[in-house]
Amino acid sequence: MNIVNILEEIEKVDGEIYERLNPRRQAMKDFFNVGKKISLAAMPLALGSMFNKAYGQTTLPTAVVDVLNFALSLEYLEYHYYNHALLGTDVTFTYPGASRAAITVIRDHEKAHVDLLKGALGASARAEITYAMTDFTAGGAFPVYSSYPTFLAVAQGFEDTGVRAYKGQAGALMVSPGVLQTALQIHSVEARHAAQIRLMRSTPEGGSVAVKPWVSLGAAGQANDSGVPALDLVYAGEDSVMQATISIPPLTGAPTANDGQKKAAVESFDEILVKAKVVEIANIFLRTGFKL
Amino acid sequence: MENLEENQKTSPKETDIFDARLQRRAFLQYAGAGAAVVALVAAGCKKDRPVYTDFGATLDFKDDTGVLNYAYALEQLEAAFYIKVASAPPSGFTQAQKNYFQDVQYHEIAHREFFKKALGTASIGSLEVDFSSIDFTSASSVLGAAKTFEDLGVAAYNGAGARLKTAANLVIAGQIVSVEARHAAWVREQLTPGTFADLNSLTGLGSSNSGGLDGALSPDKVLAAAKPFIKTKINIINL
Repeated sequence: MNIVNILEEIEKVDGEIYERLNPRRQAMKDFFNVGKKISLAAMPLALGSMFNKAYGQTTLPTAVVDVLNFALSLEYLEYHYYNHALLGTDVTFTYPGASRAAITVIRDHEKAHVDLLKGALGASARAEITYAMTDFTAGGAFPVYSSYPTFLAVAQGFEDTGVRAYKGQAGALMVSPGVLQTALQIHSVEARHAAQIRLMRSTPEGGSVAVKPWVSLGAAGQANDSGVPALDLVYAGEDSVMQATISIPPLTGAPTANDGQKKAAVESFDEILVKAKVVEIANIFLRTGFKL
Repeated sequence: MENLEENQKTSPKETDIFDARLQRRAFLQYAGAGAAVVALVAAGCKKDRPVYTDFGATLDFKDDTGVLNYAYALEQLEAAFYIKVASAPPSGFTQAQKNYFQDVQYHEIAHREFFKKALGTASIGSLEVDFSSIDFTSASSVLGAAKTFEDLGVAAYNGAGARLKTAANLVIAGQIVSVEARHAAWVREQLTPGTFADLNSLTGLGSSNSGGLDGALSPDKVLAAAKPFIKTKINIINL
């Protein structure tokens, strides 16, 4: 993140930024000194507090606020999904091996994302989504809290959707480089989660589903590699072999039999998912009256 | 170094702090200097000083071409590594690990070839790699190197995304970085189960566990970390 670029961008729309910051000259000096010590990742928060002091409120562009609130909705959903799986009294499956610890790590990250986004949005943050507003069984279709394999399958759907959703919104965040970088840092954590959930489902880890840590081609050559047809929406378009105007095949060395070239091309690039499609997926898990 | 001393003598006004990195065309002579020294030299250089590079590759960050070439450099490094491992995996590898390296080499080749085609004549060309520090007969050495490359790759893309000026390029970078993050998670699980997203272990790459944020590093820092693995001299300008 480049703080100087952010200040320059603000100066374009608010020529008085330095004057606004000026009465707090000492605070600015402290900020720069502190900045050397705090980690880069903590910078967005530190910046947020500095700008709050200068303006008395957050000044994120409307488009950025919309994206962050959209992300916040998804993070609420993910958080409640895992949190209930860990704490819910109606959860009847048992966690094999170290799976509870892995789900706890993921739950904690989702909570951190909720808190981070809420903090960045301040008064512009959307209303909280509570667990009571959700229905992760999708009207009983998915026994997520009584079947561990189903729980993991839907988790995979959430994580892969999250990865596609953040990617799809990145362009809208270009006006705010600091926010964009933070979103990218969340995005790759979601990808790590997705890989882990996929690994937990897969054969080498004691699971029974032939999924890879990355999105591959389905067994019958379809875009959805999850083995769960109900998740088709999540993987629509993931079978693309064209990136920009460039065809990824032919790939030197990759097998040509059994869709080998196409598989390698599909696995190499994750695809974006537009907001409307993500909303469609999220709404499956939200009760009437609370849909996005 | 005169400029540097002048800067230090003058009590800097706040605007100077901004100007120093903003408006001067930074010239980073990237050769063994510590990051702090590099930054100071950059801040001290005058505007539009001509850049001389006798050899090696130059990454000019003034526009997206430089950022894409930067990605191209990293993908070349990863592809070369995975191809080497896949062609002769350590005897200690499980079948799943052999399969993984087989698959991932194609991913990295796909990334490398994508950038090569996208950049065309603007590409920096092929880099020469140096894997002498990796013991390719040892499973743990190879997995450790893979972890280093993948975590660094994720932090590199995360730290470079906001430099891109064209949305289409940002999307491509996003499409690749999530695949690299999946690789990172997988290889970490091979080394230590439960560490797929151990953000506390990635603070050196700019992560924040309390924020649930992955690493993000500026290109100069990434290339300093990658330097032991790249023989070709890489010059950074206009960062």
